Amino acid sequence: MSKNSEIEIINVDLQQNTDGETKEAADREVPMIEIKQLRKVFGSFQALKSIDLTIPKGTVFGFVGPNGAGKSTTMSILATLMMPTSGYAKVDGFDVTLHPQEVRKRIGYMPDFFGVYDQFKTVEYLHFYGASYGIPKAEREELIPQLLELVNLSDKKDAYVDTLSRGMKQRLCLARCLVHDPELLILDEPASGLDPRARIEMREILRELKAMGKTIIISSHILPELAEMVDEIGVIEHGEMIAIGNVADIQNKLRVKRFLHVRLRDREEEAEAFLRDRPYVNRILRDERGIQIHFGGQDAEQSELLHDMVSAGFQLISFSEAQTNLEDVFLEITKGGEGIE
Amino acid sequence: MKEQAAMRKQDINWRNKLINPVLNKEFKLRMRTPRAMWTLFFYLFAIGLMALSAIYLTEINSGGGQSFNPEESKVLFYFLSMAQLGLIAFMAPGLTAGVISGEREKQTLNLLLTTQQSSATIVLSKLVSSLSFMVLIVVSTIPVYSMMFLYGGISPSQLILVFLFYLFIMFVLGSFGILFSSLFKRTMISVIVTYGVTLFIFGGTALLFFVVVNMVEQNPYSNTASYSWVGHFIAWNPVAALYSILDPSISEQAFTVNMGSPSTKHAPMALWQEFMIIYTVLSVIALWVGIRSLRPRLKL
Repeated sequence: MSKNSEIEIINVDLQQNTDGETKEAADREVPMIEIKQLRKVFGSFQALKSIDLTIPKGTVFGFVGPNGAGKSTTMSILATLMMPTSGYAKVDGFDVTLHPQEVRKRIGYMPDFFGVYDQFKTVEYLHFYGASYGIPKAEREELIPQLLELVNLSDKKDAYVDTLSRGMKQRLCLARCLVHDPELLILDEPASGLDPRARIEMREILRELKAMGKTIIISSHILPELAEMVDEIGVIEHGEMIAIGNVADIQNKLRVKRFLHVRLRDREEEAEAFLRDRPYVNRILRDERGIQIHFGGQDAEQSELLHDMVSAGFQLISFSEAQTNLEDVFLEITKGGEGIE
Repeated sequence: MKEQAAMRKQDINWRNKLINPVLNKEFKLRMRTPRAMWTLFFYLFAIGLMALSAIYLTEINSGGGQSFNPEESKVLFYFLSMAQLGLIAFMAPGLTAGVISGEREKQTLNLLLTTQQSSATIVLSKLVSSLSFMVLIVVSTIPVYSMMFLYGGISPSQLILVFLFYLFIMFVLGSFGILFSSLFKRTMISVIVTYGVTLFIFGGTALLFFVVVNMVEQNPYSNTASYSWVGHFIAWNPVAALYSILDPSISEQAFTVNMGSPSTKHAPMALWQEFMIIYTVLSVIALWVGIRSLRPRLKL
């Protein structure tokens, strides 16, 4: 009951502000997303343990965390597809459980996995969703070519949806999200399974959407590539928000010092074992590109490590310090978080 | 932008009532798959085969004479009507038990649920679209029936009543199909449960009736023909209900035990009428539960 009256107060406030400027100010005060003590339990599994999150209007928010951390659950709740066990989530002041219709008007949701109606043509697909949001046909006729232009699918407008590539389907789904001009976009892994070229195209579209002033909440593996356009990131693990803030803050919080990249001619496994026992080596990742070390030491310790490796007879091709960026933070978090203190 | 939104809102109200996007989509997509054609083909093939076999057998049994007895044509009509009922019982669950769970499995349901379409619109549109397809199929069998008219013996009003009954049974089975499709996440389970319920409605209720009739007749104090409530059991059975349209006297017989002498009290109403009352209520409940369970709800 108290939530209801709270919403009413906000609505009344907005109506009473006849002055455009004050109205805008009041508008800005209502955050686009407000999540308080949100919990979701599936049987004995706690998917979300008391999440708090506030995202102001116009913000691009990156949602980071390993698989199963609770990103999709949070997004599903925001998209009115799931009921929280306790706590609340509001979109533009509307509680997702009490006013789902109002919330649906304001959101464009793109799930991590989605299907399409294969027998539809691209244009028909968008017409169907447009109609489902109650947009009149005449308006849709004007809008749909613009949307197809935005997602670079104009030349595929009469193609059947099942003939589109995965990247095209992702872009079509994004166009579908935009059909009713929502203020908030909830994009769950919008670039998963895309090749690098398609990812770049997706990124460009998101940049345009940001310029259009949309609030975007995005969970993604291309988040590192989005670093410069994301205003804030939130890190979620085991159903808890472990850090919220801008990229630099998060890096500090997670105490990621430096990343060393080592390439060897051979004996990589031996080198890995050797490094494991060294001081300041927090974590080691080995892949086809070589060995990555999460290193806690400074210059002196780093030079010592190099010296010891050479003395131990390892044939180094390169030993370099990598720039710490969002990708490293992301890797740090998604690979199990041993380095997080 | 705001004016556009206001205009949009006004438009939504009346447009959505006339042209429902979900229904439009269902109609379009159903007829675009080759499955629609094959369903129609096999249905007509099956009913045609049954009709021709029945005509052939009647012909042989009547001695192969030149004339055709109207009584025989009536039997043929009964046979064909029952056969059609069987085919509908077979088809309706198959066409409806996957409409919602199928979308869930194809991962299109979530997208549909985040639109402005109400749960009722989605569920009812899917029912109406499935029913329309079934009506198309059943109507396409009319030429087979017309063969019976060549020989006479059946009134058009009887034919119309039989077709209305088909429409009703399709609605009933369709409602159950959609209910389970909405309740169960997997189409396979939904289909099995729907066929299970259909089997119970057709076979289980009849079995129950015969068991109860025998129990009542075992009673040593009642060995004269008398009115009995047992008829209410067979009123749950669609075959009996259809038969009561074809041959109204069956309603009286259903409510009489220890037949042989006339019963003192008449049946409260025809079997098919009671059948319709029972299943209208059940179907409405099924649809209501189906609509309620489509989207997550607050547990109060």
